[in-house]
Amino acid sequence: MNHVVPSSELEAAAIIRDAAARGESVEIVGGGTKRGVGRPVEAATRISTAGLTGVTAYNPAEMVMTARAGTPLAEIEAALAANSQRLSFEPPDFRAFLASAGEPTIGALAAANLSGPRRIVAGAARDSLLGVRFINGAGEILSSGGRVMKNVTGLDLVKLLAGSWGTLGLLTEVTFKVQPAPETEETLAVRGLLDDAAANAMAHALATSAEVSGAAHLPEPLSKTVGGGLLGSDPATLLRVEGFAESVRLRIEKLKARLAGAGAFETVGEAHSRAIWRDIGNVAPFADETGKPVWRISLKPTEGHAFALALRREALASVFYDWQGGLVWARLEDAAEADIVRRLVRAHGGGHATLWRASPAIRAAVSPFEPQTPALTALSERVRKAFDPKGILNPGRMGP
Amino acid sequence: MSAIAFLEPDAGVIARRGAIIAGLVECVGADGLVSEERELKPFETDGFAAYRRMPLAVVLPKTTAEVASVMRFLHAEGVKVVARGAGTSLSGGAIPEEDAVVLGLSRMSRILEIDLPNRLARVQAGVTNLAISDAVDADGFFYAPDPSSQLACTIGGNIGMNSGGAHCLKYGVTTNNLLGVTLVLADGTVTEIGGGALDGAGLDLLGLVCGSEGQLGIVTEATVRLIAKPEGQRPVLFGFPSSESASACVSDIIAAGIVPVAIEFMDRPAIAICEAFAHAGYPLDAEALLIVEVEGSTVEMDAMLRKIVDIAHRHAVMTVKESQSAYEAALIWKGRKSAFGATGRVADYICMDGTVPLSQLTRVLRQTAEIVAAYGLRVANVFHAGDGNMHPLILYNVNDPVEAEKAEAAGMDILKLCVEAGGCLTGEHGVGIEKRDLMRHQFSKAELDQQMRVRAAFDPAWRLNPSKVFPLDDRGAA
Repeated sequence: MNHVVPSSELEAAAIIRDAAARGESVEIVGGGTKRGVGRPVEAATRISTAGLTGVTAYNPAEMVMTARAGTPLAEIEAALAANSQRLSFEPPDFRAFLASAGEPTIGALAAANLSGPRRIVAGAARDSLLGVRFINGAGEILSSGGRVMKNVTGLDLVKLLAGSWGTLGLLTEVTFKVQPAPETEETLAVRGLLDDAAANAMAHALATSAEVSGAAHLPEPLSKTVGGGLLGSDPATLLRVEGFAESVRLRIEKLKARLAGAGAFETVGEAHSRAIWRDIGNVAPFADETGKPVWRISLKPTEGHAFALALRREALASVFYDWQGGLVWARLEDAAEADIVRRLVRAHGGGHATLWRASPAIRAAVSPFEPQTPALTALSERVRKAFDPKGILNPGRMGP
Repeated sequence: MSAIAFLEPDAGVIARRGAIIAGLVECVGADGLVSEERELKPFETDGFAAYRRMPLAVVLPKTTAEVASVMRFLHAEGVKVVARGAGTSLSGGAIPEEDAVVLGLSRMSRILEIDLPNRLARVQAGVTNLAISDAVDADGFFYAPDPSSQLACTIGGNIGMNSGGAHCLKYGVTTNNLLGVTLVLADGTVTEIGGGALDGAGLDLLGLVCGSEGQLGIVTEATVRLIAKPEGQRPVLFGFPSSESASACVSDIIAAGIVPVAIEFMDRPAIAICEAFAHAGYPLDAEALLIVEVEGSTVEMDAMLRKIVDIAHRHAVMTVKESQSAYEAALIWKGRKSAFGATGRVADYICMDGTVPLSQLTRVLRQTAEIVAAYGLRVANVFHAGDGNMHPLILYNVNDPVEAEKAEAAGMDILKLCVEAGGCLTGEHGVGIEKRDLMRHQFSKAELDQQMRVRAAFDPAWRLNPSKVFPLDDRGAA
């Protein structure tokens, strides 16, 4: 495979134009840390955004930041932190979980539409993504959206590009909305709950005005895999509150009052709170170097625990829950069991299951992304053709 | 008036009107069809009332199945379709065409499911925006996007335009609060996109459909997010000696790391108009007014307001008025939310909707005043300052064709200014017909072609709301 690292958008466009002219496929990578997700791509050329770097516009008073796609996420987060700001959707770092190396890039964050625990209140990457520049499959340089927070001018191609895993275009520049970082945070841990009681407690917590910004449940013994093990291995139902100190204290009290009698309460303190949620977002419970298949299942929050129970009846699996139970991470101890997982998702109110970790052989054999209805599959294919008529960009990556 | 063009009506379709109406009756029954000229009249325009067209007919289905059967029939007949919610569009998004059937969603107004543990509601597309919040208010929840027309406008229309509102600084716009839709495609195929889960599968077609102005399909049902109501909300009024000082205050509030739920701006003419209507106690001596709303517990609101008031004092604030009761808070908002209606009492107006980066607000405000003055007209500004979404209201006399022409020209100049300042043509009202012919100022030909190819993936024959959004000429490349 021919590996190219263009140093400009124009150069990248020329490479794709040439590939299109030859009808040859192109694999698009950023830092390459998530190459092991989705169908393995077989392409004549691998094009990396590593040469397209740098924050191009950032005025903290506008709460907007623009950077070239290959800019390391760490560089962006440092620039924002220097101004007490952050990306609100809490970008995860999957390197330990996926056993991959390299620098995650801001462009890949958009291309994979990632988000962390704060997704329940702040949305995913796509909700903060205001604008993109990209190169389509014909090698045309295009932009959509912009640097403003409200924009309904024309079709929202920004949303389409987010989460398209490089199958619609090569992102060259992205603009994200940013937000002020709160003064502090605290996490309330409710201990000893079984999964169904935890789901109930989380639903009650999110129905309060406490503005919970993280709601996760770690069953025994996975609770010991986050935050340096300080939680021990008893089940931990975790609720995060962010803001200024006095407000955080009051809202934790409000949660305790609402959940009185549910279980024993612990608070973990700011530093441990940060560590715990970083680990949950990064899927640290399964950063186990086993390479065993791990599914990321998105469904209605109240269905998460019932789904997991049904799954464990049919296959050996370990699970933990984020997003109030609406995000289930499940490690299968033997085979990937795609049919069981997807049948049970359908049986529990619908949603989708993505195989986030598995060997290339498994990812070639089962569809890592949720197969869609024939009507939506046909529609999505027509949309892909509208961007990439010859189907040369990351062909098959999201495919069935 | 320098008229905005519509597509040439298809005489063949108009000649078949009787047969088409008969076919539609088969789909929805006689009570679901409007075809008498007198009854069609209310449908000939929307909130962009300077333009009107009589539709071929109006069909008012009650279920997704009826919508699908109407769409299958019109697909087979090759007839155009214009979707319509409550008809409050300010950009002409719902204005009919002579050879098109208006598909009105007003009879699809049922709330289908309220699921509080999962904080979502599934509703038919004709449910009004406010009805969702009303339905869950007693349980302590609300639906966040709050366009000024929320009493009348429908969720289907909100999805069509990706509507915003005053509180989107904190809660986002429609697209950030939408979990799923039932979309009936141009050929009548019923598709479910998204649902109860936070993230959808595959390409983000939900994000694409939201804001697509009725060009990709007909949304018949929607699943939207509900949010727990804050413990309290408190708007505060600030009066400033100049627009510059008010704008600088907005910048400093945000730079200080404070994100209020809303920051609304009015200039002197808007203050006078709204105060005369609402008697909200707005300061008539101020050149600019800000309404800043914070929410949370009393302690939180007190702390935030203290910081905000300090910042305001650094910008020579003349008046600071905190609401002391729910009644006063409602009054403060009444003035703002009735701004368009109140303006309509004193003059005819056209309302612009460009968005600019926050750093450009002061300059764009000043140049907006200069542009309108150069045409010999008056302007009132009332807008969402926290997100840079401007709403200059250009006042004119609709019965004076010269003034009308000037008002439209001034509006176009202002929108070009917004684009040049790094912003966009429309923040929340949509392109419709109003801004369609300015799209080339925002996008290159290649970018418009890309969007039109995506559009054609849904509606290859260009039958859905075809006169809107994209310039009428040069659609061939798609």
